[in-house]
Amino acid sequence: MTRSARRTRRTSQLAGAGVAALLALSACSSSDSGSDAGSGSDTGSGSGGSDKVSGTVNVFAAASLTESFTELGKTFEKEHPGTKVVFNFGGSDSLAAGITGGAPADVFASASPKTMKVVTDADAAAGTPATFVRNRLEIATLPGNPDGVSSLKDLTGDDLKVVLCDKTVPCGAAAQKALTAADLKLTPVSYEEDVKSALNKVVLKEADAAVVYKTDVQAAGDKVEGVEFPESAKAVNDYPITLLKDAPNSAAGKAFMELVRSAEGQKVLTGAGFTAP
Amino acid sequence: MTENTANTANTESSESSESSESTEDAGTTEKTEAIEKTEGTAADGLDARLVVERGAFRLDVALTAAPGDVVALLGPNGAGKTTALRALAGLVPLSDGHLRLDGAELDRTPPEARPVGVVFQDYLLFPHLTALDNVAFGPRCQGVSKAQARAQAAGWLERLGLAEHAGAKPRRLSGGQAQRVALARALATRPRLLLLDEPLAALDARTRLDVRAQLRHHLADFEAVAVLVTHDPLDAMVLADHLVVVEDGRVVQEGAPSHIARRPRTDYIAHLVGLNLYRGRAEGHTVRLDGGAAITADEELTGPAFVAFPPSAVTLHRERPTGASARNLWRCEVAGLETHGDRIRADLAGELPLAADLTTVAAAELGLHPGVTVWATVKATQTHAYRD
Amino acid sequence: MTPPTPPRKGGAAVGPAVGPAAGGRPRRRRAARGGAPLPLLVPALIGLAFLVLPLVALLIRAPWASMPELLTSTEVWQALRLSLICATAATLVSMVIGVPLAWLLARVEFPGRGLVRALVTLPLVLPPVVGGVALLMALGRNGVVGQWLDTWFGITLPFTTAGVILAEAFVAMPFLVISVEGTLRAADPRYEEAATTLGASRFTAFRRVTLPLIAPGIAAGAVLAWARALGEFGATITFAGNFPGRTQTMPLAVYLALQSDPEAAIALSLVLLAVSVAVLAGLRDRWMTAS
Repeated sequence: MTRSARRTRRTSQLAGAGVAALLALSACSSSDSGSDAGSGSDTGSGSGGSDKVSGTVNVFAAASLTESFTELGKTFEKEHPGTKVVFNFGGSDSLAAGITGGAPADVFASASPKTMKVVTDADAAAGTPATFVRNRLEIATLPGNPDGVSSLKDLTGDDLKVVLCDKTVPCGAAAQKALTAADLKLTPVSYEEDVKSALNKVVLKEADAAVVYKTDVQAAGDKVEGVEFPESAKAVNDYPITLLKDAPNSAAGKAFMELVRSAEGQKVLTGAGFTAP
Repeated sequence: MTENTANTANTESSESSESSESTEDAGTTEKTEAIEKTEGTAADGLDARLVVERGAFRLDVALTAAPGDVVALLGPNGAGKTTALRALAGLVPLSDGHLRLDGAELDRTPPEARPVGVVFQDYLLFPHLTALDNVAFGPRCQGVSKAQARAQAAGWLERLGLAEHAGAKPRRLSGGQAQRVALARALATRPRLLLLDEPLAALDARTRLDVRAQLRHHLADFEAVAVLVTHDPLDAMVLADHLVVVEDGRVVQEGAPSHIARRPRTDYIAHLVGLNLYRGRAEGHTVRLDGGAAITADEELTGPAFVAFPPSAVTLHRERPTGASARNLWRCEVAGLETHGDRIRADLAGELPLAADLTTVAAAELGLHPGVTVWATVKATQTHAYRD
Repeated sequence: MTPPTPPRKGGAAVGPAVGPAAGGRPRRRRAARGGAPLPLLVPALIGLAFLVLPLVALLIRAPWASMPELLTSTEVWQALRLSLICATAATLVSMVIGVPLAWLLARVEFPGRGLVRALVTLPLVLPPVVGGVALLMALGRNGVVGQWLDTWFGITLPFTTAGVILAEAFVAMPFLVISVEGTLRAADPRYEEAATTLGASRFTAFRRVTLPLIAPGIAAGAVLAWARALGEFGATITFAGNFPGRTQTMPLAVYLALQSDPEAAIALSLVLLAVSVAVLAGLRDRWMTAS
């Protein structure tokens, strides 16, 4: 709530008011949005053009990047003393809505080109977004795979409780694409609002299986077991990243993007289950 | 000429002038007497020893009464009267003692199963129910059908002169009407013990006189035991035929109202129950008493009436006063003298038994001692007569 | 999700808030001009603006052109219908178990009552999503109690409409309990005593005397609970998931629409707001004429 409340206050243009109000209605939902968007974002501005990087970098990143970006953030702060990376992890669409609504961010890493397009259409991106990783879908099952799930088709039976992401969020759209490619019809018990809550339903053993990203399965450790399926190749998700036009600290933002796309960054990301573009 | 100069304040609400230095030994004696009396009571009526301990406060009161009796618990606020009443109703558990009503043990009976009716101080009429439904509430709870309960309730309201208010909600009733509805509601359960908590305290002075008179008649008609709690000695003396004075959780004196008025055991009671009260028939300014004596009162009335005046309004003379302006003059004999602080209360027998207060100096000058004949005068302006 | 009616203390929500009667309006305005001191008036107006401005912004930005098309969509009506049914059912559940709980807290002294009272209000401070997770832990298929419900009765609550009702009741009931308890504390317990001296058992006394006396407080609490349940999002989506027609209530539909089509989300929010305002205003009118 605090995040959106602050955003509402900061948003001086009326343009964002409607969206901001809506966010206030829905903000309690983004369970993974513990980060504080605004703090100190103004302090780092003014050092643009210089090689010296300092101040706070505000990174808006898709929820699925939480683990790897948090690690990269620490690396960045170590490599550039005097900087601080502040993340705002969330559903790509809410993040995009926040950015177009005037939220102060330097970097936006989205889980889908479609949401990135929202930002570029609003002329909020500086330069052309570039794909920095890809993500594949995987089936998350209970530990030990007690139901013996080995393919996407196995999920279509009536006896299994399966959760999917809602079609409006990238992992849901990807799952639909895979199902269409496999010519399968799957009725889940729930269309979850984001990939983490879909995964959590399996972690909490409320659902028997979920179609989520490989990275999420990996992040969950041994609480779930991942099952790969060939149709996932038809629904690969590109993750674009861009610097933002109104970035308060574009130099540091640029530097962070360089780290993400460096060999070091890619190592961390592939370690988390992403594939290189 | 000896005039007693006692103050006249201790007539009605003498509570404020209560003296806290109650004589403890007197109270203990009275209590022992009461307990002894309890043990010898017949099965019918009320026989109770109420012990309630609450922190530092301990109530220990014995009460006995025969069917038809009206007992008044009289005492200052905080004396434990209301606690005693609540214990009788079962709203407060007994720490010790016993409670028998018509021979049946009630100490462990929950309030809803006791044949006890209560008229609460502020009546507590259910605000969402009409007068009729308030009265029908008790019979309904006893399993009577709705129609029958309403018919019974209508009968009670009729009897108490409230028939035309049956459909009114409590907030539209006057204080006196509400009091009668509360009485009807309590009586409608046909209780064997009727409890009244400060039944007149919520009324203004004018209504009070009327309601008191009505209540007296209703209580006189009531065939079972009635116990009322009051801090007003006048209410107690008009309504009850037996007074139990409670102070600090203990009974300090009990007996007939006239007896207590004339022979108070403690200073506190002397202040509290300082009242001469008579019943008779009024004819203009004169109230003719049942015993033959007549009292001239300030008020003009006809019909059954009470007349009251405080002991301090009585002036005593050794010789028959000549040319005295007081129209009330009686020849009396001193039956007893009690000292209370700097005052002496004289118990006078004769054509009009009465109590008189005078200073110790005045008593000495008059040479008062039991057996002496005196003349008592009371100014009409100091008497107070009102309809029975 | 912000409930349409802001939570207020005690049972005062309906009584004093009853709108101005036709004749009372000019009088009130005169009183405000002559009497209301500036140190009160200014923050009061700021407070009003603070609450109303976001809603006004919503109205200004609403995609009125696409409204008709949106309002004919069956999914919208499905979600709205489910929202109303679940919020009402959750309110009823809250009343059936919340009123006796409030009575217990207000009328019966027992050790640890203060702690119990604090526990009752816990769902108010708990982030709804955490509430949803807690419900899963308790009543989920694998939950502390839920696993027995499953093995013994074959009942599973997550992903069902019953689960939505439960999640909403969990979040909304504290509003009712607090409101009713406040009313009960203000109500004179001696009415219950009077009833028992008339032969009523404690339950009869509660039913025939206390309940009618605290009815306004119950109504106020029910309205608060209903409004809170109607706007419930976090606990619902966590505990009951999101499936159109079964567990997708309006707030869920709004949130998910926001992911892809913010304009549709605004429109949906307006529908939800309009319906709740209509219902609340209707109820208030009914009480006004009744009292």
